[in-house]
Amino acid sequence: MSIQKIIRQFEPEQHNLLNILHALQNSSSGNYLSKEAMEETARYLGLTKASVYGVATYYTMFSLKPRGRFIIRICVSPVCELMKVDIIIKQIESILDIKVGETSSDRLFTLELSECLGQCQKAPSMMVNDRVYKCLGKDSIKEIIEKYRQKAKLN
Amino acid sequence: MIKEERILLRNAGKINPMSIEDYIGAGGYRGLEKALGMEPVEVIDELLEAGLRGRGGAGFSTGMKQRFTSESCLRCPQRYVVVNADEGEPGTYKDRVIMEQDPHLYLEGTIIAAHAIRASKGYIYIRGEYQESIDKTRKAVNEAYKKGFLGKNILGSGFDFDIGIKLGAGSYLCGEELTMLESLEGKRGTPRIKPPFPAEKGVFNMPTLVNNVETLANATRILEKGREWYRETGTDTSPGTKIFTISGQVNKPGYYELPLGVSLRQLIELAGGMRGNMQFKAALLGGAAGTFVDASMLDEEMSYDNLRDKGATLGSGAVIVFSREDSITNTLVNCLRFFKHESCGKCIPCRAGTAHLEISARKLKSTANDKQKLLASMIRESELMAATSLCPLGQSPVLPLKSAARYFKDELYGILTE
Repeated sequence: MSIQKIIRQFEPEQHNLLNILHALQNSSSGNYLSKEAMEETARYLGLTKASVYGVATYYTMFSLKPRGRFIIRICVSPVCELMKVDIIIKQIESILDIKVGETSSDRLFTLELSECLGQCQKAPSMMVNDRVYKCLGKDSIKEIIEKYRQKAKLN
Repeated sequence: MIKEERILLRNAGKINPMSIEDYIGAGGYRGLEKALGMEPVEVIDELLEAGLRGRGGAGFSTGMKQRFTSESCLRCPQRYVVVNADEGEPGTYKDRVIMEQDPHLYLEGTIIAAHAIRASKGYIYIRGEYQESIDKTRKAVNEAYKKGFLGKNILGSGFDFDIGIKLGAGSYLCGEELTMLESLEGKRGTPRIKPPFPAEKGVFNMPTLVNNVETLANATRILEKGREWYRETGTDTSPGTKIFTISGQVNKPGYYELPLGVSLRQLIELAGGMRGNMQFKAALLGGAAGTFVDASMLDEEMSYDNLRDKGATLGSGAVIVFSREDSITNTLVNCLRFFKHESCGKCIPCRAGTAHLEISARKLKSTANDKQKLLASMIRESELMAATSLCPLGQSPVLPLKSAARYFKDELYGILTE
């Protein structure tokens, strides 16, 4: 769907801004908000470019830089830390050969940190795009990443 | 051993949360039906008499909040209900459980609240990362429209109410009610000066009631079963149940719905006791914006007032349990790092203070000398921030910091105790 089409699903009112930015980001192949998308949104809502930029840069979930197809958000809150999430992070960094905040060279994965994901009963936990993964361990990490690699091969 | 009392969560795991028929079959929407047969002011009286207190953390009287909102600015053309579903306090997932297991439960409470304050519009502001909660709430709203529980002339009562869903985007601070309203209007999540409170000038400057998901779930039950029934559970000043989310070093971490007033020892027992041969050392109550307690607090009644009187907090109902092998210093550093990340930067004491506290906290972990002086200056800073910041975020670091210092001074000073 084109940027215009996505934006026009919403009423042209400022209170729809966050929902519009989510929709635009989710439909972009790089999981990010392009300059064009933000400018078009500003025009549609009658806002300045600066105010849309201000909102887009304020919220952690939005990115202005292209990211991988799959965003890994790993929880670093006190409970996941207690359950040794640092080991899991190192393992993901080594499997994907990237550091936190970076995107893998095949453009499939971006590794980000997240505040509490509310999955503390089965810590440590993370999300890959919309899906939650809990009780993470060395084996499950390998499987999860492999699953997404296969998924990418299929389409 | 105590048992769970599933007053709110009686349907959890028993009905299909995606089916409104299941919900109705389990007695759903009867509270709304009753409420619509009452005058709005009678609904507020019912909540007031039931003694319901806000479950978002502050524990303020829900009935009073609704009364203020219903009585303010009578000439205003519009009144709003906003559901605070932006759960993000570390260690907390009670609202997620309600939204995933029984979304109609809080939606029903929302419609009841709207009738009580005569609001014809409302929004549910859900945390952006909570995809399953978002999907299930969307489905619940669509089905409620189809069945006539939302929209025009609800159940033939003449009452109209429309609701929209707004998504957060990864800002903890937006769980603070005035900041949530800014975000809901499509702006950066920075807090507003209060007063005016949302009851007077809320979203789009109109009188607005902001209630938490768990609070609204309670409202549904109170209307369904009545205030006397409701008061049979919990304590005099904190009636009803609380969904506690216990995590960390226990055998069965998870959510447990218990009467307010239960003790920490009872909760840990219910959660299967300490893992392995671990010994209890501490619990962090209420998340990052909460307080550490040690074993001397194990038998205290966990109610809003008693914990406050003892210098602790119930907050969101999060309970993180630590064993003797765990480092309180590490968790304190983590909490302070969190506040730095989430500070919006509007108030200088919070913007600079949260950053400085994190740097200082990391020194606590190092081999730096004179940690006593360091800790004392951190506490002074956090007190200054609490006194000079607009919103609860700048007022929070003092809570874990002071309580950690109160119970675990030796560890923070780097003196090995064992």
